[in-house]
Amino acid sequence: MTTARAAAILLTKELRLEFRTRELLNATVVFALIVVVLFSFAFNPTAGESRRYGPGLLWIAFLFAGSLMLHPSFGREQENHTLDALRMAPLSPFAILLGKMLANLLFLSLAEIIIVPVFAVLYNVSLVGVIGRLALVLFLGTIGLVVTGTVFSAVAAHARMRELLLPLLLLPILAPLLIAAVEATASLFAEQPGLDRTWLAFLGGFDIVFLTASWLLSDFLLEE
Amino acid sequence: MKTRFAGTALSAALLFYAGYAALFIAPDERTMHQLMRIFYFHLGCWMVMFGALTLAFVANIAWLATRKPKWDWLGVSGVEVGVVACTAGLVTGVLWGRPAWGIWWTWDARLTTTFILWLLYISYLLLRGLIEDPQRRATLSAVFGIFAFLDAPLVYASNRLWRTQHPAPVILGGENSGLDPMMGKVLLVCIVAMLGVGLLALIDRYRLERLRHELDELRLTVEDRSTRSNAVLTPISTRNSL
Repeated sequence: MTTARAAAILLTKELRLEFRTRELLNATVVFALIVVVLFSFAFNPTAGESRRYGPGLLWIAFLFAGSLMLHPSFGREQENHTLDALRMAPLSPFAILLGKMLANLLFLSLAEIIIVPVFAVLYNVSLVGVIGRLALVLFLGTIGLVVTGTVFSAVAAHARMRELLLPLLLLPILAPLLIAAVEATASLFAEQPGLDRTWLAFLGGFDIVFLTASWLLSDFLLEE
Repeated sequence: MKTRFAGTALSAALLFYAGYAALFIAPDERTMHQLMRIFYFHLGCWMVMFGALTLAFVANIAWLATRKPKWDWLGVSGVEVGVVACTAGLVTGVLWGRPAWGIWWTWDARLTTTFILWLLYISYLLLRGLIEDPQRRATLSAVFGIFAFLDAPLVYASNRLWRTQHPAPVILGGENSGLDPMMGKVLLVCIVAMLGVGLLALIDRYRLERLRHELDELRLTVEDRSTRSNAVLTPISTRNSL
């Protein structure tokens, strides 16, 4: 079976599992909303201030939500030892990882699709005219977040205190992604919105580096 | 044992001499005066950190490739020495920053990068503490170590693009850069002394890790033997003695 086909099968399995209950998606959206609302107490959300702090706020919300949401990706497999079943299946380890990454990418993107308009309304930020470019920035940023997050979910799954450990491992690694994503988003929220290509390229580079690293290391990550 | 003692004595002597040289032999600096003297050790800390973390990165890859426990021991030793050197470097930098810049800390590219690096490797050590199975601990922490090392240049590049305040490199920094020859000599002594201390710490830490590993194996053997004998053969008297 090709990697792509195996990953697609795993993706359907993840989606079926999630959409039976939708618990992960609901919890992520609510959590990100809480972060967004709490930030309104940290500064005075006028239009000017929102332009300055908004991008950082939005990405912090996504990073926190992602670091919580990604834990069950492998943590759930651990509970009923279903990871052993996956290992026994004739799939390459990277296919397992890729299937989960795609599922997480989809979940987090769905959460973002709900959060971004709410954020725009609450913080008085105009998205008209930049929505396509914003989607591109969000997409590249979310890939980086999900790739590293899924790998570390597999790492943390074998440790004690894994719920706490995942954010500890993930958030410092994501520092460059956060800077690039926030700067790219800020250039779109500016009075004269424009897409900052340097940061966009940086986001793409981050994605490529860590996707390649996870491809190379996937054998070790999922071994018994 | 003898070489170990000699190594310690040599490093201690060298370090004392380096301290003396940095404080009394090195000439005064034109703008920073006495303040500059901390730099002799500041740079040494980064050399040790860079060396130790690079070694740990190589060891991580070697562990994944060969599965020889010594690479795992070297990996954790390298990270621990690197974290200590990084802490020392950050502290000496902060001490220097207050009188030189008027602030303790600034979110400049190098400072931020180092801080993130420090956090990453602290997480690495935390991760190791939370995984029970030695084999799995070695593999997963090696994967994390490789990710962390790959992240470092990205952190630096992103911060560099973003904002920077750290003094540009004085040595090898283009035209009109360079040190007074005497300063250069003192700096070299300091760096060699710091590297010596770092190497010594690394060797000792490695030895500790090996002993720990041996102890675990012995304990397992004893437990194995005692459970087996408890179950079938041994009379009560010997069972108590175990």
